[in-house]
Amino acid sequence: MTKYAMLVDYKYCTGCHSCEVSCVKEKGLTGSEWGIKINEVGPAKFEDGAWEWDFIPTPSRRCDLCVGRIEEGKKPLCELHCLAACLKIVPVEEVSDTLAGKEEGKVAVFLP
Amino acid sequence: MTKNESWITDLGDGTHQVKTCVWSPPGDHPVGCGIVVTVKDNKIVKVEGDPDHPITHGRLCPRCIALDEVENHPDRIMHPMMRAREDRGKDAWKRISWDEAYDLIESRVREYWDNPGPQSILTFTGTGREITMYSAAYCHAIFNSPNYCMTLSGGACYGPRCTIANFQLGAGYPELDYAAYFPDRYDDPRWECPKYILVWGKNPIYSSPDGFFGHALVDLMKLGSKLIVVDPQLTWIAARADYHLHLRPGTDTALAMALCNVIIEEDLYDHDFVEKWCYGFKDFAECVKEWTPEKASEICWVDAEDIRGAARAFATNSPSSALWGLSIDTMTNGVQAGHTFLAVIALCGYLDIPGGITLARPASFTGKWRYETVNSVPADIQAKRIADSEGKYKCWDTAGPGPLPDVTLNWLESDNPPYPIKMSYWFGTNPLSCMAAQPKRWEAALNKLEFNVSQDIFMNPSIMALCDLVLPLSTSVEHEGIVMPHFGRNTHFLGAMNKAIEPEDSKSDVEIMLDLGRRLRPELWPWNTPAEFFTDQLHTAYSWGFEDLQEEVVHQQEFEYHKYETGKLRADGKPGFDTPTGLVELKSSIYPLFGEQALPYFQEPEYSPYSQPAEVVEEYPLVLTSGGRHIAMFHSEHRQIPSLRKMNPWPLVTIHPDAAAKYGIEDGDWVAIENPLGRCVQKANVRPTIDPRVVHAQHGWWFPEQTGEAPNLFGTYKSNINNLVPHESVGVTGYGAPYKNIICKIYKVDSLND
Repeated sequence: MTKYAMLVDYKYCTGCHSCEVSCVKEKGLTGSEWGIKINEVGPAKFEDGAWEWDFIPTPSRRCDLCVGRIEEGKKPLCELHCLAACLKIVPVEEVSDTLAGKEEGKVAVFLP
Repeated sequence: MTKNESWITDLGDGTHQVKTCVWSPPGDHPVGCGIVVTVKDNKIVKVEGDPDHPITHGRLCPRCIALDEVENHPDRIMHPMMRAREDRGKDAWKRISWDEAYDLIESRVREYWDNPGPQSILTFTGTGREITMYSAAYCHAIFNSPNYCMTLSGGACYGPRCTIANFQLGAGYPELDYAAYFPDRYDDPRWECPKYILVWGKNPIYSSPDGFFGHALVDLMKLGSKLIVVDPQLTWIAARADYHLHLRPGTDTALAMALCNVIIEEDLYDHDFVEKWCYGFKDFAECVKEWTPEKASEICWVDAEDIRGAARAFATNSPSSALWGLSIDTMTNGVQAGHTFLAVIALCGYLDIPGGITLARPASFTGKWRYETVNSVPADIQAKRIADSEGKYKCWDTAGPGPLPDVTLNWLESDNPPYPIKMSYWFGTNPLSCMAAQPKRWEAALNKLEFNVSQDIFMNPSIMALCDLVLPLSTSVEHEGIVMPHFGRNTHFLGAMNKAIEPEDSKSDVEIMLDLGRRLRPELWPWNTPAEFFTDQLHTAYSWGFEDLQEEVVHQQEFEYHKYETGKLRADGKPGFDTPTGLVELKSSIYPLFGEQALPYFQEPEYSPYSQPAEVVEEYPLVLTSGGRHIAMFHSEHRQIPSLRKMNPWPLVTIHPDAAAKYGIEDGDWVAIENPLGRCVQKANVRPTIDPRVVHAQHGWWFPEQTGEAPNLFGTYKSNINNLVPHESVGVTGYGAPYKNIICKIYKVDSLND
């Protein structure tokens, strides 16, 4: 069986919260639980004068990467709805090639 | 519901799916995001993005994803309700039938038609929602009134920009070219990626304004577009921009003139385009000559070298593009800011080229059923349209679709108006919480009317305070409709709103329009169903009708670049722009007709640290801006939707840490924001994203969980930043008002009620 991971180009994550709400709906989670949550780092100005300010979605242990949807040929809802199209669920074998092919930084891989 | 239509898929397990485009989502702007609604027993099981949609490709913001919470919310208005006039402000609503509601409206309208006349009926429309396409028809072709009103001072939303574009470009809304007209989008060989995008007073990431899918900016950043962002706040895009020009709110014209100054003085402009297609270059160049980056720097609080760098980057990297936002409208000096913004683009030759700014002629579909409906009002009644007693605002009175809101308030407040106003009819508007400057004055003024009616999805503070009758509206997924990005002014596609849920006892704006139209002016309303109406309107431009659109779901329109060379921008088919000179007017041939200057000029906001006396500035030392968006909410909507409210539970005032320390305020404290005009309370959001001399307050706040009855009115006045916004501080034309550039002081208080 294929094993999957979540790959996030968080350079482009705008913190739109679509993944959070999609996951709550898809998994029928209650108010106090979440399947994925946006973390905010910054904003802060570094010594070079440029801003460091990122949003990084982090899956919880409720996240099963929606493998069921993938097997039906559908994207997980967090991936489908991601406004910045910066979140993907990929087979783990593809992760290292994908990372090696990235010209820009700020990529995170999660295995929830 | 039949399930054999192509946009409906039966899943065989008791559920079916409906493909549709929403007026994104209930309320909001016409982005027409594609959704697939899974339905069981007439209830939403799930909302998913439609991967086949050419613009959104399945992507959705939380407002659509939480659509089920809107649909099934206990606070929705479920039936027509009325109450006695003396019960205004009380939760004394009584359920009535649609026929009773229509009988009541009809009898009142006929009474006021007879005495004092149809002009005594006003309509008030909100912003951006589906009704925007039809509200003018209600006013003119149903109520026979010329008084198509709103409560927004200076009409400070979209209208000013559209008017400026119409005067100077002779075109509909100028939009960033994000290949939206092309089915294969960014892969289309006709398209080029903009090298720079100048984003002016706008944060489209969280608002998707007027039909622009905001995250297209992120698409373009991935493809290599760089950003120049003009915004007093550090937004997500500003933090990623090559140039962030964090100007003092309200000084946009000075900044834009300095950009033009650099582009002209350093000879970076497109000589060929300017010589062939622009009018008044010499005078315009003379006008901006004094506006060196150093001069603008002092006024705008932006580094002169940043101004220079941004101007050079924009002008020397063709093609580049630009977006202008609400900040242009929300300034007394806004016409000049918009004028100069368009000049920046025209000087660089970026109009109607691949990777530049798309232009279009406004569509006939919308013309017929929006403002042209005024032709159904007899001339003698049209002549009675509310206007300023001294004849100020000639420009607005000529170009605006209804009375200037500020003049309407003056009229309503007057003890001796030229004629009395009896009735108002509202669509999707909550003026006391959102649009109205000096909202308590508007409440008192509207309370003088004999009969106020509203149609809406939810109860809101304004309806609770003032209405005698309220009609329940259906949501985006409960009716048939057509979504047109940019309201027909630059519309890359038409989307079908296909019905997924059969509403219980609510109706759409179009259904109510047809019902009332048939009762009151049947000669103008031959259509029995919305589908018949839509098909007839579509036939003014296309050979196909509404059912074809339903099948197709999204119909992308044809597009050509360089239309000013081929005659396709002008009504007469000649090359050029549809302006009096046939050219882009760097110097306006229209403004002087209305007493406005032909060339731009900078004017300090009425309430600024430089325009007020020293003692006032000492008392109110901070510049106050407002209206920045949060993705969870559209203006005053969505405060009662749990998943959305959780993201932004309280109204926030953003304060720089240095300013917060100076005033003894910590993050999360309740803070009073006050100026000579009014006061409100919001929660401190202490962040380094704003200049220490400026604070930003959220707008549109009310608290659906609080007592609705007067005087509390769901707490609408507690956090309303418009308490501090002046009445009638508008431009010479009437367009533009300072919602985003006033002054204030801040101090810590103990609670929201303090």
